[in-house]
Amino acid sequence: MSSAAVAERPAASTRQRPVVSARNVSKRFSNGTLALSDMTLDIMPGEFVSLLGPSGCGKSTALRIIASLGEATTGTIDWPTSRIDSRGKPASSIGFVFQEPTLMPWRTVFGNVYLPLRLKGQSKSASRERIMAALETVGLGDFAKAYPRELSGGMKMRVSIARALVTEPAILLMDEPFGALDEITRQKLNDDVLRLWHEAGLTVVFVTHSVYEAAYLSSRIIVMGSRPGRVVTDMPIDSPWPRDEGFRSSEDYAALSRKVSDALQHAIHQTGEAA
Amino acid sequence: MSDLPATSAVAAPAEDEAKELAVRGRQEPREISARADLVLRIAVPTFVLLLTVLAWQLYVVFAEVPAYILPSPVAVATALWTDWGTLYPALLVTLKITFTALILALAGGVALAVLLVQSRWIELALYPYAVIMQVTPIVAIAPLLLVYVSSTQTALLICAFIVAFFPILSNMVQGLKSVDHNLLNLFDLYGASRMQTLWLLKLPAALPYFMAGLKIGGGLALIAAVVAEFAAGSAGAGSGLAFRLLESQYRLNIPRLFAALILLSVTGVAIFGLTSLISWLSLRRWHESALKREN
Ligand SMILES: Nc1ncnc2c1ncn2[C@@H]1O[C@H](COP(=O)(O)OP(=O)(O)OP(=O)(O)O)[C@@H](O)[C@H]1O
Ligand SMILES: [Mg+2]
Repeated sequence: MSSAAVAERPAASTRQRPVVSARNVSKRFSNGTLALSDMTLDIMPGEFVSLLGPSGCGKSTALRIIASLGEATTGTIDWPTSRIDSRGKPASSIGFVFQEPTLMPWRTVFGNVYLPLRLKGQSKSASRERIMAALETVGLGDFAKAYPRELSGGMKMRVSIARALVTEPAILLMDEPFGALDEITRQKLNDDVLRLWHEAGLTVVFVTHSVYEAAYLSSRIIVMGSRPGRVVTDMPIDSPWPRDEGFRSSEDYAALSRKVSDALQHAIHQTGEAA
Repeated sequence: MSDLPATSAVAAPAEDEAKELAVRGRQEPREISARADLVLRIAVPTFVLLLTVLAWQLYVVFAEVPAYILPSPVAVATALWTDWGTLYPALLVTLKITFTALILALAGGVALAVLLVQSRWIELALYPYAVIMQVTPIVAIAPLLLVYVSSTQTALLICAFIVAFFPILSNMVQGLKSVDHNLLNLFDLYGASRMQTLWLLKLPAALPYFMAGLKIGGGLALIAAVVAEFAAGSAGAGSGLAFRLLESQYRLNIPRLFAALILLSVTGVAIFGLTSLISWLSLRRWHESALKREN
């Protein structure tokens, strides 16, 4: 892969309208917790945005509101480039990968990946090719007939990613997808996601609390602070692509990680003063 | 049970232990323990049963207990054989009531559970009555039912239904409500309709709970059919096993009473086995309860 081809993408995105745009979004839960305060955020097509912040700062809440899985208390979520369907959700599909694999244990891997298409009324035979293609992309082509319990944690997570990809979504939202995995599996899946993002021209919003993961993956990092949850820093990352093992051991990556880490420390420190 | 497996079963454990020790060195330990486990699980209860029956027979013979107080196993077996003509139709009646009640309770319990979880209003309106129906002892309702319903059979059926209905309903409601929230979110995200969510997510997720309800309901349906018939029998009508049991007691035909009792308990065991089998067959591919633990 030439880095020139990749370098084009962020440049191209600046001319376009955002995929999703959050304006002054706040969320107060019924118990009074202000989980998110006045968040304004534009996600541009082709971006890889990481939401980074300490535990409980409202990252999941923000992601769920973007996916319209929860109502914002105030503010609006807008999808400027998508048609809005009758239920007030963007017609162009969203792929969502939860923190847990969230598979149906009574369905095979194939059946689980088929689900989004089935819900859209597509027949199994018509979907077979797309499902198998999605499974091949995550390297699980041979496991179509297996049940989730027969898979390892990392494999389940990959099924979950295949399910999110099978609808060819305009945007992929991932909520700490690899938080529960070991370092090696995590690095491998990071590389997989990066490759997918790159090959399929995806837009990704990736929630994490790992500085290193954010620094490795992102084209932009949003650092959030807690109490109340809010955007503290919005930093574009212009480290070159492709990012691989070489990048992981480079001086550039180390410096970037330090910079992101400082930003995160700053966000946490600010919170401490406010509380 | 005949005498043949008796002798071999008595001898089995000792023999097997010796064999097991002999081959342990040569075979995979896992294979051995699986086979030994199966043998043990069949042999031990059979052995205990045979020992009990034997002790019972010996006690009756040597203590010269009269048959109207405690009949010997042989006397009971004879009664079962000679009175089969009266006991068999009674067994059929009890079976028919039990299974009809169970099937109605399954259909009704699942249908009402689905209705209840559709809306909080429906649940608020109906659930208390389901509970009241359940906690009222059915023996107390039975005489009333006999007044209202012309046929005793129908009254018994209603009693057995009421009793089997509730565990199925409450298990099903619990199951339909315990669906993984993230999966619900996922269905939401992909714009699933209510029908799709019910059919593809809630019902399959509730299946283990349904099976628990089925197992409890199956046992209770039989108990209720018997208890209700005691009430009905005292009103002078009925021809199920419970009535034959009471009748035998009045006539001091204790061997026949025991025979009826054994038929009831065999029926209970059969229902338990059948519902457990159904449960295992439908859950074995995915649910923890039906899976062998391999790590
Ligand atoms: N359903 C809820 N009701 C009330 N408060 C909630 C609810 N869900 C989350 N919160 C609160 O909102 C805040 C943000 O939660 P959120 O789950 O978005 O955090 P997070 O940044 O994703 O944390 P983590 O990294 O640990 O997943 C927390 O303080 C939490 O206590
Ligand atoms: Mg979270």
